[in-house]
This record gives sequence, structure tokens and C-alpha cells, in this order.
Amino acid sequence: MRHIISIIVENKFGVLSRVAGLFSGRGYNIETVAVGPTLDPEVSQMTIVTNGDDQVLEQITKQLNKLIDVIKVVDLTEKEFVERETALIKVAPPPEGRAEVLRTAEIFRARIVDSSPKTSTLQVTGDEKKIAAIIELLKPYGIKDLVRTGKVAIARE
Amino acid sequence: MKISGAEIFLEALRREGVKVVFGYPGGVVLKVFDVLYDEKEIKVVLSRHEQGATHMADGYARATGRPGVVLVTSGPGATNTVTGIATAYMDSIPLVVFTGQVPTKMIGNDAFQEADIVGITRPCTKHSYLVKDVADLAGAIKEAFYIASTGRPGPVLVDIPKDVFLDKAEFRYPEEAKLRSYNPKYAGNKWQIKQAAQAIAKAKKPVIYAGGGVLLSGAAEELRDLAEITQIPVTLTLMGLGGFPGTHPLFLGMLGMHGTYQANMAVYRSDLVIAIGARFDDRVTGKVEEFCPEAKIIHVDIDPTSIKKNVHVDVPIVGDVKHVLRDLNTMLRELKEPWEAIRKAWLRQVAEWQAEHPPAYEWSDEVIKPQYVIEKIYDLTGGDAIITTEVGQCQMWTAQFFKFNRPRTFLNSGGLGTMGYGFPAAIGAQMAFPDRLVIDIAGDASLEMNIQELATAVIQRLPVKVAILNNRFLGMVRQWQELFFGGRYSSSDMTGQPDFVRLAEAYGAVGLRAEKPSEVEPVLKEAFRISRPVLIDCVVDRYENVFPMVPAGKGNHEMIFGQEKKSSERGLRAVG
Repeated sequence: MRHIISIIVENKFGVLSRVAGLFSGRGYNIETVAVGPTLDPEVSQMTIVTNGDDQVLEQITKQLNKLIDVIKVVDLTEKEFVERETALIKVAPPPEGRAEVLRTAEIFRARIVDSSPKTSTLQVTGDEKKIAAIIELLKPYGIKDLVRTGKVAIARE
Repeated sequence: MKISGAEIFLEALRREGVKVVFGYPGGVVLKVFDVLYDEKEIKVVLSRHEQGATHMADGYARATGRPGVVLVTSGPGATNTVTGIATAYMDSIPLVVFTGQVPTKMIGNDAFQEADIVGITRPCTKHSYLVKDVADLAGAIKEAFYIASTGRPGPVLVDIPKDVFLDKAEFRYPEEAKLRSYNPKYAGNKWQIKQAAQAIAKAKKPVIYAGGGVLLSGAAEELRDLAEITQIPVTLTLMGLGGFPGTHPLFLGMLGMHGTYQANMAVYRSDLVIAIGARFDDRVTGKVEEFCPEAKIIHVDIDPTSIKKNVHVDVPIVGDVKHVLRDLNTMLRELKEPWEAIRKAWLRQVAEWQAEHPPAYEWSDEVIKPQYVIEKIYDLTGGDAIITTEVGQCQMWTAQFFKFNRPRTFLNSGGLGTMGYGFPAAIGAQMAFPDRLVIDIAGDASLEMNIQELATAVIQRLPVKVAILNNRFLGMVRQWQELFFGGRYSSSDMTGQPDFVRLAEAYGAVGLRAEKPSEVEPVLKEAFRISRPVLIDCVVDRYENVFPMVPAGKGNHEMIFGQEKKSSERGLRAVG
């Protein structure tokens, strides 16, 4: 089963490699990872999407907690949470497809953040299904490039 | 007043009560070795290889319980410590390894003798530091010693660039290390301990399975109390030997791949396994589903990741073994069960298993049996010695035939299985206890992996003894090839080994040799009388195997007993 784990870490030299190395060294899978600062400059936040059965997840959580620079580990999947991801999608539609691309952007509340004579770049934010859906719809118009942030998630109050 | 990083380093070591540093100098650590040149309180032991220095510090730590300290240079100096660090990591041994690093500005430039040692050792250290500013040096050292020696102990690496040793700062040593993200939990959950006590009271066929955690937490006395109060038999892992008296009537011997029949059968048939400071290693469990199929499991460990890693646990208790056992023993005493009467039938069954297959080997008048050498060492020392071993057959025979009655008297590489560990570890232990008899029970091949440390032993005037069980084979490899590869001894025949007696003499040590069983005792006696390093070359039966044995992938109840089949032909020597 898929899990979203939120990790609070000391913002210290090498902490990302410690976390990433733990996953690779023990054969756990990382689907996406997003890292960023928090309000406290000494502390960073990582969101990792991984999968495994209950026993694997228990080990991942325990092993993460064992790392000296890890302050807190929360498996958000056990709670109510909101997840979002942003994707930048560069499309190069044929002239007759341009209107359709714009319409699709509108439906998904995507913004055009860059355009050139031959391409348009869309920025879309949403949960996994939404991102997957817009990618599917834009594919026929020729996706030239695609970058995704990886998921970030936060618990609901 | 501002002092240099090198002086800060020295002062920090003094504050930590460090008595001895095992090391090897080089370009980027010249300044710190220069400072150590005048030092009177802290002794520097110069090894002949950085791996040797790291195992020495490990042996020192295992024998004393205090962190072992290593100081080496950057690049190859640092990478040579990796096997030593990994050895300590697998067995949870507290080490603080200081590595020099190229100057801060050069890091990442592929400078001369540069290695990313923090990156290289990340998976085999408990934690590590790269100190980029001299102002952070004292704090990093304080934390390194704290992390290495608390919780589940382990090696910590501190990488210090050359300029940090030269730069100056005020010396401020923290009173205590405080880390918001690291707070080892010592006391166990009371409710869980109560569950454990109730399970123990209900159990009909319980067995205690204890490991290295007992020694690390200094809980041998508490373990003995637990066993004696409840009359539960005790089996120990390789790492646990010495944590419960080897001569105790409730002792079953070691369990696992080369464990005793009664230990493996007791666990296999038991209805309650009380795992204490042990981690259900594959060499212990055999086929894990058949380890203790009918048992509930209580598991006490300070490291939560050890619990439910390999087996399902019914009563998990996260905490320090000593703390938890104290609480558990108090509760059990209050129960006032008629323990001896409850346990009678079970202990009788265990005794039957013991009678069925006691530890034994086939005696010979012509050729020295390796087990006989170990028995003789035990007899002559009365067990009062610190024993280290190399890895393989010599290690297993020692575990089977030497009775360890006291904690921290058996030092060996259990987790990583590092050949070449035993001899430098013996040097480290001898540094800590100059007046005790320290003996490395070695295989000829393992010994050669760190033979260069003979020079260290001679120069430091350490009376370390090495009993070589010399079979001119990689014995354990050969055994597996005999049993599972049709006797095709591919790359395991070590014929052409040096003359160890002359080798010892070349280094300025003493060399002795025993070639017949009758020579073993006099040669050992002579060796123990000599107050210098001695290599004792015991030329043993080349084809002796370690039995009993659980073949890989089998359950522990499916042991094979090679030698006993032959016992009708020649006398079988049972060992009490």
C-alpha cells in the first residue's frame, strides 16, 4: 500500500543523503520526495511517498526515527490529510489544437506561464488524479517536456 | 584564550576521560599528532594498518565498555578504517573514529588523499560529522562520544579538515550533549513488562534467548536473577556469551547454526521465547518460520527497529535490558509462584536433549584436534582470560568448547564476521588490561589478514597470545565445500602458509609449535609463562568440521551431527 510520510529533520549537512541512503540501503522504494524549509530555519520538512505492507512501513518509520537528525516522522496515510503536487507541462500543439489546449487548461484551472510561437507551458496544481488526468488529455497534442514537484502533504485539523 | 583545533581536540579527549588512542598519522593530521607528542595522560598506540587500529579500539571497547578511539589521516587512512567501523556497527560497539580531511576549501576537488569518508561510512556508522568550523569542533566531539556510548551503542565518525585543526577558537566544552532528535529510552513500559511477567507465569516450556544487549547494558546479574527466580533455561547468542555463566546448570549453550542440540530443541519446542538484547539474526533462527513455531515471543531491546524486524512479537518492550529486567524481576518475585515445581518437567526434557547430543568431538592420539586446544586453554586458565577469536571454525569451536563465565571476556566479530579481527582486538583488550591473560584463538588464514600488528604488540610490549589452529585451509569454506559442493576445494586450500614460528621471531615475538596432541599442554603452559607476545602454531587436523550444524535454509531442529556417526569406529570424547 502507498504511504505519504512527513519527516521533520535537522537542517544539517548530509541529512538528505542519510534519509535517501536509508531507503536504498534497506531496499525500500521512494516514489517521490519533496524537501523544503519550515518556519524554523534550523529545521526542514520532507515529504516522501513510498509503498510497502504494514511491516515494511513500521520498519521504515522506526528506521527513520533512529536517524540522529530526524526529529519527527508522521505517516499521514493514517490520518486525514491534504496532498498537492504541481506540474509544469510544455506542449507543442499543431495550430488547430491550440484552442483545445487552452480549453483543457481552463477546465483544470491550469495557468499558462510561458508561451512561444510553437509551445505553451502550463502550470497545474492538484492531487494525483488531477495531474494524471490533464497529462492524459494533453498527450495527443504533443507534450514536449514535463516536470513535477513531487507530492507535498499536510494533515487536516 | 583561543587555542588551535588540534589543542581543542586534545582537551576534549581529556574531558572524555580517554586513556588511549589507536591511530596512524598522515599529511592532514600532522598538527594533531604534533600536539599528542607531548601528551602524558593519553597514550597513542601506533598500529601498522588503520584497519588494525580500528579493531584495536573495538577490542578495547568490548573489553572495557568504554568507547574506543581511533585517529587516522584522510583518504586511504580513512578508507582503511571502513571494515573496522562496519565490524563495530554490526555488533553495536561504541567507537569514535576521527579522520583527517583535506582543507575545507579543497573538499570536493579530488584533492590529494581526499575521500568522502562521511559518505562512504554513512551506512555503517550510527552517526557522523564533518566539522567545517573550528568553533563547532568541541561540540561535535562531545556529541560523538555521547551518541556512540548511549542507547544502542555504535561507531561515530568525526571528519576534521586540516585547516580546522590549525584554526583557533575559544575552548568551550558542553557539560552535556543535548539533541532534540535523539533521546534513547531506557525504562521499559510498565504495562508491557507486566504482560511479560504474566506470560512467564503462564508458560510451561519457556526459554530465555539472550544476546549481546545483555553485555552492552551490563545486565549479566539481572539476567541471572531472572533465570534463577523463574528456573527458566538460558541460551545465548554468539554475541551474548559471557552474559550468563557458561557453567550454570540452567545454561543450554549457544543456539543457532552451530549451537547445541538442547538449545535449538528447547527453543523449537518452547511455548514462550523471552528474547533479551538479541535480534533474531539469520544465523540464530535458521529457517525463521520453524525457529519457535509454538511459542509466544517477548522481546526486550533498546532499539525499536530490532523488534518485529524478522519475527512477529507478542510482547514488545523497548528499553534498556538492565532497566527492564530489574522491573521484570521485581514483578516476578512478587508473584511467588512455586517456580521449581512448575519447571520440573520442562527441565527434565531439556536434560534429555542434552544427554542425547552433548557437545563432542572425535579424539585422536596422532593428530591435534582443534577442539582439544580450546579445551586445554580453558583448563589451564580456569576460564580466567580474555579470549578473542578470528572468524570461521576457530570462532565456532571457541563458542562451543570454552565456558565463558564473565561478561566482556569473549570478543569476536559476530555480525560482520570479519577475518583478521581477533588479533588486533586482543591487542586493544591487552592495552586496557595489561595484567590479564589475553588470547586470540585464531585460524591461520584469518590471522594473516592483520598479521602486521605483531609489530604493534612487540613494540608496545603487550604479552598477547595467539593460539593458531593451523589447518592450512579456509576451514569453514572448506567445510561447506565438503558438505555442499562435493568436496571441490576451490580456492580454500592455504597450503604454503609461512612458518609461523620463524615469522614470530622475525617480528621479535616468540614462536612455539605443537604438532602432536601430547605437545599441546606443555606448549600452552610455556606460552602463558612468557611475558611477551607469543604465536603458538598448533598444527591441527586439516579436515575437522564444526558440528552440530544447521544447513542453510533448514530449521534449527534439523541439525546434522557429522562426527557422531563415526564415533563407533573411534572413541568419542564427550565434553561436560
